[in-house]
Order: sequence, then structure tokens, then C-alpha cells
Amino acid sequence: MSILVNKESKIIVQGITGSEGSFHAGQCLEYAGNVVGGVTPGKGGQTALDGRVPVFNTCVEAREKTGANVSLIFVPPAFAADAIMEAADAGIEVIVCITEGIPVADMVGVYAYLQTTSSRLIGPNCPGLLTPGESKVGIMPGFIAQKGRIGVISKSGTLTYEAVHQLVKVGLGQSTCVGIGGDPIIGTKMVDLLEMFEADPETDAIVMIGEIGGSMEIEAAHYIKAHVRKPVIGFIAGQTAPPGRRMGHAGAIVSGADESAEAKMKIMRECGIHVVDSPAQIGVTVRTALGVQVA
Amino acid sequence: MKIHEYQAKEILKKYGVPIQDGVVIESKSEGKEAVQRVADQFNTSQFVIKAQIHAGGRGKGGGVKFCSDADKAIENIDKILGMQLITHQTTPEGQPVNKVMVAQAIDIAKEYYVAITLDRAVGKNVIMASTEGGVEIEEVAAHSPEKIIKVWVDGTVLHAYQARQLAFGLGFEGELFKQAVKLLTNLYRCYIETDASIAEINPLVVTEQGNLLALDGKFNFDDNAMYRHPEIKEMRDLNEEDPTEVEAGKFNLNYVKLEGNVGCMVNGAGLAMATMDIIKLQGGQPANFLDVGGGANVETVKNGFRIILSDPNVKAVLINIFGGIVRCDRVANGIIQAVSELGLSVPVVVRLEGTNAEIARELLSSSGVDIISAGSLEDAAEKVVSAATR
Repeated sequence: MSILVNKESKIIVQGITGSEGSFHAGQCLEYAGNVVGGVTPGKGGQTALDGRVPVFNTCVEAREKTGANVSLIFVPPAFAADAIMEAADAGIEVIVCITEGIPVADMVGVYAYLQTTSSRLIGPNCPGLLTPGESKVGIMPGFIAQKGRIGVISKSGTLTYEAVHQLVKVGLGQSTCVGIGGDPIIGTKMVDLLEMFEADPETDAIVMIGEIGGSMEIEAAHYIKAHVRKPVIGFIAGQTAPPGRRMGHAGAIVSGADESAEAKMKIMRECGIHVVDSPAQIGVTVRTALGVQVA
Repeated sequence: MKIHEYQAKEILKKYGVPIQDGVVIESKSEGKEAVQRVADQFNTSQFVIKAQIHAGGRGKGGGVKFCSDADKAIENIDKILGMQLITHQTTPEGQPVNKVMVAQAIDIAKEYYVAITLDRAVGKNVIMASTEGGVEIEEVAAHSPEKIIKVWVDGTVLHAYQARQLAFGLGFEGELFKQAVKLLTNLYRCYIETDASIAEINPLVVTEQGNLLALDGKFNFDDNAMYRHPEIKEMRDLNEEDPTEVEAGKFNLNYVKLEGNVGCMVNGAGLAMATMDIIKLQGGQPANFLDVGGGANVETVKNGFRIILSDPNVKAVLINIFGGIVRCDRVANGIIQAVSELGLSVPVVVRLEGTNAEIARELLSSSGVDIISAGSLEDAAEKVVSAATR
């Protein structure tokens, strides 16, 4: 098992005819063979990925014709909010939006809209989902991961790869890796994923990688204390980031004491999370945490 | 993106929010005429000279002066214009004052605070208002949070009842109540229509004459939305930004200068911060944050190198790339080219992992460039810190 996506998932790619969209759709198709179509308004009836998948004008049509339940979005920022809502309106269950740079105001609208649907949004501005060996919905390099029993939740892209790489090096595979995105408004938060990983019988431990800014890690820490019995290993990037400075991710800005790495790490420790100071210790700490639990 | 007070006030005025008005000048020679114009236009004989810099704390730093007559106003223009204004939000050297606002002096009866921003936890905009205006709101939030009223807004319109809730909460009555409801409604419309990320009026004052007035205005805007606001984009003042950061931005590099001596170049914001963290844990101090993004190629690597090395404090550089979409062999070619073109003034530690990392390592070792190769993240941090302290 895994969370969110597996080998049964049927993926459509919105923006499949763009350069980013076609490249990554191709990678996802090669990884697990479950990309079933694409959507580009005005290009319905054509094919993409060297004729391997059909292109539709709308998400509704794509869903009807292919039975897709997952959508991967590579639409430019100005049109991405609309693309997310179109996917939700078509009844797509899991929507993964990779697009970086969507105006916050657009996402406020999307967030409110999604509350009225049963769709789940991952991202935006995220690397997407990877259930090793089963399904890749996003831009994570599939070859670095390995099937296994560790759930990974991360705000960051390449730092997720680093964590996955360390896990593989200590002999631990992953059940599902989720990049939730670093924007101020994202569809799925750490708490949502903790709940899913806790319920997943094939996940033994959870790696949670956060950043300075926002309060999501603190909410997650309190949730873990109350509801999560599996070991959680945490890291917060940005211990050296100066207050008030934006560090790349729109969300990675410290505006109050509570949002600093130090404050977050302290609360996470108090809530029973195995917090590592060094990003190089993520893999080995998961091993230790699991060892302790087995013993 | 940030703007100056006078620009914020222009925007507020356009949205029907009453402001303390004035005239903005950039040279001392305009001082006398500006004071006369403010005197005539606003029928006043007293003035406030306000330094226009982005950083807060201008008053405490000596950048805002009340002047009881025109001569004192001209005197203060001479003093403030061109000064290095040091506040708790500027660098220790301070920020040069290139513009001042000559404003009408206002007789204040009471000060309030109002601001709008995004509450990330609930995904909605929140209006915060307080009777404790004119002071640092962080202090109020820390010591008497009950004095801050909050209203969360669904969507793009502030409902009338929500504006009333805030105005009643601030204790307004009669004419002032009506003014407050109108002001709050207009301010919210302004926040939405300009894609602001913060719209703050501190202080919002009630004048001795019994009117509401914005004495100051502060806006931050969502950079991602500026494509639809060319008129706001034009308000950007590059003098207020670090020149190296502006330069980096031209090449789509995300660079933030820090105080240490270990330069770093990383792909991805999270890994870049983590790399800074591990440098610190190994006993070093990062000189910068630099995210080369998802499109790292020969050009970005070269420009990144140039920007890092323009900081004279840098004693060693760590390049840490985890290739996903980014192919390490391309990065390696960038490093080889950058080193051959720019020369190597400091030791460079390179750690490449992920897509095509093997090919990249071979490229680097066969190129003969004098770099220090590293394996794990920890190894890389250790090597660069020891190189920097050597």
C-alpha cells in the first residue's frame, strides 16, 4: 500500500503539450506507464508523447474518456488556478500542481473553492508525488527512490531528494514521498498527510521536512503528539536564515518568533518528534528510531 | 515588493482612504518651494518632514521631524535629505535618504492600528485592528493580544457587517463610525485589487477636528502577481535593494547576502537553507543564500559564481547540486567553464548527486580544474569549512 497514488492511478497531465509538461509527462509515463492522457484547450483530438497518449480540450472530457482519477498540472502561473478548479470540477480525486509563481490571491480563491469539492490538491509549487515502483506524479527523479516503508513529507524539492537518497543509503525504501510545496497557500498540509501515513499499514515511520515560516510544522507537531504512534523524524531548514528575509520559497520568510527554525524544532522535540539538527542525519536517524521501536 | 510611504499614500488616496498629504522632493533646492506649496495647499503653518525609505522605525532613527514653522521645515529637509538613516530594520550602515515627504502637520486626538494580510493557517485574508496605534504592533500582540480585533474575510469583498464589527470593536460612534466603515471597506478593496500581501496603516488617527486619517501607509505586494499591475511594478525603488541581489535577479538567481565567509550555490530553496545550516553546524558561517533554481545550466552557474565571488568576505565556495530535473553533467560543464573564465581566487568544494552525477564527476576530474570533490552533504560541509578557515 501507499498513500494518494499507486499502480491503479490513472493520470492526466494538464498542459501536456508545453515543454515542461511534455517532458515530465514522458518521465511519469516511462516510470509507471499510467499516464492516460493530457489536456490542452484547443488541442483536443491530437496526441502527445510521440502518439502514446490522447490530448483533450477539457478535463471533463479527459476524465470521461480515460477514467482518470489523478491530474498533474504544468500550466503557466497566470492560468494555473483555473486549471486546478477545472480538474476539481471534473471530479479528479488527486490534483498535483507543480506550477511555481501562482499569485496568492488566485490561490485564496482556489482554496475556498476546493472546500466545496471532494478533490485533494497537492501543491502548488511542489515536486509532486512518488510512490516508488508504482506511480510518479510530478518531477521527482524516480531512480533515486526505492520501494519501502518510510513515508516522506516535505516542503522542499531537492531537500526531499536528499532525504530520500539518505534513506536509500541506509537501506530504507519509501512508501510514498510527498512534496507539499512552499507557497503561503497549499492544498494539503502536513497534518493531512500524517493522518494518511499513520493509517497506512505499509508505512512504518515518517520523515517530515519543514522550513522556517508559517506555523504548519507546529500544528503538525501537536497533531503527532495526540494522534501519531509511528516514529516521526523531523528537520527544519533555515536555522541560519536571518529574520525578515525571503529565502526563495514564498513561504520561507520568518515574520515572528514562532516561525523560526529554533522555535519549531523545540516544539517538535517536546511533541516527541526525532528532530535532527543536521540535514545529513536524516537517514541514520530514521534507522535509529526504527531500531528503538523494534527493540 | 515593497514601496515607499508616499507611494502607499498615493494608492490609498486613489481608493478613497483619507491620508495625511504632502509633497515629495528629491533635492534640497526644492525645499523652500515644497514647504510653501504644502502651506498653501493644506492651509497649514506646521509641517512634518518624513524620510522616504522602506525600512520601519524611521521616527526613532531621526528620519521624521515635526516642524513648528516653515524655516524649521526647510532646516530639517536639509538635515534629513541625504542622511544615512539607521533604524532597527536597516543594515548597521543605514540607508541613504534620497526622498523626503513634506507633509501637513496633523493634530492627533487618538491613534489606531489597522492592517490586512493573509492568514496562511486558514487560507483567508484577515483584517487586524487595534486601539493601540502608533506603537509597534508586535509588542501589542505579545503583551495584550486581546487588544487586537481580527476579522477573517471570505473572498474578495469585505461584508458590511464585518466592517461594522471592526468599527464597533474600535469604539467608534456617529460620524467617525461611518468614516471607519467606509475606510475599512475601501482599504480591503484596495488590498485585493492591488494584489497586496500586506496593507497596513499605523497609525490611523482621529484628528482634533474629528476625522479619520491615515498618517502612514505600508504595502507589500505579491511578486507573483505583479505581471498584472504594471503601474505598481513601476514603483519599485532599486536604491532600496541590495545591488548584488538585484543583479542576481536579472539572471533568475535567488541570492541573499549574509555575513559569513562560506559562499554557497545550491539548487532549490530548501536544500540551499539546509546547506547553510550544515555549514554553520560544522563551525562555519554562510556568506549567502543562493538558489540556482530548476534550470541550472552553464550560464546560471557562471553568473552565480561571479556574484558569490563579488563578496570580498568569501573565503571558500560550496556547490551543492542534487540533480533531479537539473542534470549534473551540465552543472559540471558550467563549473569548468566558469573556473576557466573567471579564475579561482578561493577554494571550491563541489558535491554533485542525482541525475548524471557519475558523468559529472568524471567530467570534473578529467578537466583538471582545481576543485575539491565531496561525497556526502556532511563531507562537503566539512571540507568547505576547513578550506575557508585555512
